[in-house]
Amino acid sequence: MGEESAFRQEFPVTGGDFARAGKVSCEIKNLAKELGLSDRVVRRVAIASYEAEMNIIMYAREGRLNLSITPDRVRIIVEDSGPGIEDIELAMTEGYSTATPEMRELGFGAGMGLSNMKKNADIFEISTEVGRGTRLEITFLTNGQRA
Amino acid sequence: MTLAEIVKRLNLKVYAGEGGLARPVSGGYAGDLLSDVIAHSRKDQLWITLQIHPNVIAVAALKDLAAIVFVNGREPAPETAAQAEKERIPLCGTTLSAYELAGRAYALGLLEK
Ligand SMILES: Nc1ncnc2c1ncn2[C@@H]1O[C@H](COP(=O)(O)OP(=O)(O)OP(=O)(O)O)[C@@H](O)[C@H]1O
Ligand SMILES: [Mg+2]
Repeated sequence: MGEESAFRQEFPVTGGDFARAGKVSCEIKNLAKELGLSDRVVRRVAIASYEAEMNIIMYAREGRLNLSITPDRVRIIVEDSGPGIEDIELAMTEGYSTATPEMRELGFGAGMGLSNMKKNADIFEISTEVGRGTRLEITFLTNGQRA
Repeated sequence: MTLAEIVKRLNLKVYAGEGGLARPVSGGYAGDLLSDVIAHSRKDQLWITLQIHPNVIAVAALKDLAAIVFVNGREPAPETAAQAEKERIPLCGTTLSAYELAGRAYALGLLEK
């Protein structure tokens, strides 16, 4: 089965919408489970989706997670309109965070989101344009394995 | 060890998700930074925290944690309890600190399987 016959679904996320935080990643997790992906893949996809969703809520105006699944891989393309990231290397460093005091009070801002995504993915690509937005491409290889 | 046993032996209050009390628990993790808990907690663990806002429910659901225990007498916000019922995540509480609760849970033999 090629790209064209992939399972696809788009999940919009609104910047600043802390009330809905985690909703999209829970939906993606349940979907991945229903589609019969292994527990290990479901867990990794859920973690990366959550961190990507939270970064849109915390830093961007709006964005979306585009999920696509083929027999050998799960891919999430995350795009947002927002400030972008000035120094990607610094942003990827564990512990670096520009979260506000209000966000930190809620337990956000450990500076671990991007590295959690990278650690759980097989391929992690990030590109950004300052003043415009950020794009992530997160790929999980499944080798056709099902639970 | 089941959650019900832990609730009884540590004298925890149950705020929501009573339906999940029969669930087996395997070890625990204590932390208040959500991405840290995402990174280091494991399925079926007890999560010890002082964060009481609704975002904790998503973290517990994503990681398949057995339950959340709020320390220092903190009580879940109403919205947190409502979300917990929906996601079937048991919410418990204690007046103990995170340090004391973790120590007592450990002493009960609540270790990783
Ligand atoms: N989509 C984005 N748009 C703009 N800036 C971003 C975006 N994603 C991440 N950043 C920047 O990169 C930093 C590090 O992000 P990361 O997700 O690793 O940690 P965090 O969000 O600060 O904290 P945590 O994810 O642990 O709660 C952020 O503080 C922010 O400055
Ligand atoms: Mg983050």
